[in-house]
Amino acid sequence: MKHRIKPATRKSFITYAIMIAAFIFVEILVSTGNASNMFQGLLVPFCVYSISAAALNLTVGILGELSLGQAGFMCIGAYSSAIFSVCTKDTITQAWIRFPIAMLIGGIFAALFGVLIGIPVLRLRGDYLAIVTLAFGEIIKNVFAALYVGYDSNGLHFSLTSQGDLNLAPDGKMLINGALGISGTPKDSTFVIGFIVLMISLVILYNFTNSRTGRAVMSVRDNRIAAESIGLNITKYKLITFGLTAFLGGVAGALFSHNLSALQASKFDYNLSILILVFVVLGGIGNIRGSVIAAIVLTYIPEALRKAGSNLTNYRMLIYSIILIIMMIFTSNAKIRGFFTASFMRLKGIVFKNKSAVKEGE
Amino acid sequence: MAMLEIKDLHVYYGIIQALKGISFEVNEGEVIALIGANGAGKTTTLHTLTGILPAKTGSILYNGVELTKTPAHKIVKMGIAHVPEGRRIFQQLTVLDNLKLGAFTRKDKEGIAADLEMVYKRFPRLEERKTQIAGTLSGGEQQMLAMGRALMSKPKIIVMDEPSMGLSPIFVSEIFDIIESIRKDGLTVLLVEQNAKKALAIADRAYVLETGRITLSGKASDLINDEKVKKAYLGD
Repeated sequence: MKHRIKPATRKSFITYAIMIAAFIFVEILVSTGNASNMFQGLLVPFCVYSISAAALNLTVGILGELSLGQAGFMCIGAYSSAIFSVCTKDTITQAWIRFPIAMLIGGIFAALFGVLIGIPVLRLRGDYLAIVTLAFGEIIKNVFAALYVGYDSNGLHFSLTSQGDLNLAPDGKMLINGALGISGTPKDSTFVIGFIVLMISLVILYNFTNSRTGRAVMSVRDNRIAAESIGLNITKYKLITFGLTAFLGGVAGALFSHNLSALQASKFDYNLSILILVFVVLGGIGNIRGSVIAAIVLTYIPEALRKAGSNLTNYRMLIYSIILIIMMIFTSNAKIRGFFTASFMRLKGIVFKNKSAVKEGE
Repeated sequence: MAMLEIKDLHVYYGIIQALKGISFEVNEGEVIALIGANGAGKTTTLHTLTGILPAKTGSILYNGVELTKTPAHKIVKMGIAHVPEGRRIFQQLTVLDNLKLGAFTRKDKEGIAADLEMVYKRFPRLEERKTQIAGTLSGGEQQMLAMGRALMSKPKIIVMDEPSMGLSPIFVSEIFDIIESIRKDGLTVLLVEQNAKKALAIADRAYVLETGRITLSGKASDLINDEKVKKAYLGD
């Protein structure tokens, strides 16, 4: 203990270390050919869900408000970035320039919507906020599912009825084809990019929570009246948090849409919002690292069970739900948690018995 | 001119009228007590004053500035600190974070550091526990933290809502000693209390609230001997 590191800083650096170690491990698996196709296909979704869950944890854990509209923000991010990429695919040929811009556009549009709906919605609390955000997510999904957008030499054409109503010139190109969604998005998402974006998101989230602004947001969560009584502009801090959650949700959406050759709005239904909330709750509310780990584990399990063999495949969702329940019991029961913490400490004691000088947390 | 002048204040919760036209004033350097039973409107008065609740009609003038249209977060900047009722501290943050948040509206780093020392001097127990999570403090310590947090905003007037609520007699005496010392440092104190005896003992003047109206007012030393007050609030 020569110089003390702040516990919060240490926590974030442990998370970064875990992530980098996991990344190297996966890269080795892939390069040595030990990763199945299924696993390789899951790498980008891991990043997408991790980013989205960690971002949602900001609203749920740090701000203390229940939002069920994360899929809506992902949807906005996915569509806006995909439109950008489809339009500029021929002009900006280098993916490493185009894709970051696309992600930024996805994030900005999502944040814009987050702030716009946040202004009226954040006056609500608890259940009401949950209901309104749920409705928002569904509305976004349905609007995109009914939207036809095309462009030709005359510019952009919009319709909410059918492709024919767009009246495109012969040289026109479809961008969004209603329920069929967007196709022809360049497949720019790779695991490496996803991992970099995840790391950047984590740095943003950790620094935000440990900043003055983060403390202010937590004070709103702990006690609204006291927060007002110390002179905090509550609406402002709620909007900042909600906007940041939406922004990162949008970035995750962009990553998602550039991983698929065809994207339908129906993917962003309320199941996805709930799924991401489940990651947040199981990972631990307010625990950013937990959200990432839960997102990865819970994305992997159903897919692994699907592959596990014909018998298990039929019971896939049953096993998945049992795992969810067990995890919930384990993480919420103080006695069980205490038992594991104690055994972990004992294990640590054995391992580090004669090496107490070994630096902690890698 | 009085530092704080409240004129004919009417406040509603929906259709229920909580304050039916109250008027009072606070002069610089005074300790003013607002006493009354549950539901008399004491907390409502403070919340309107600090901008948490809107006033329907009436005015609150602070050094000549109208406060009823000013948002809560700007009122703190003007030098009015609020110690909310029931020890509303930030439960999941550390003691130090709580205190730092008290100075949220300030930018002068050195001034904040100096005031932190001042608060620690006044409440040595808070310094001992600065890294502890605030929710794990005892009731009395939480009250001290709430007071320390309010002092961190460098207020000119400090508004306290039932600081003695739910505390043991020893802590109650300690809290009132602290209020006394705060006033000696030149701060103005507006104190809302159910513990009328203690409040009247340290106040200069007092107002008695009953169901949204001020029914009695005067020097605290006079009120403490008033038969009506004695009967209703002092339990003699």
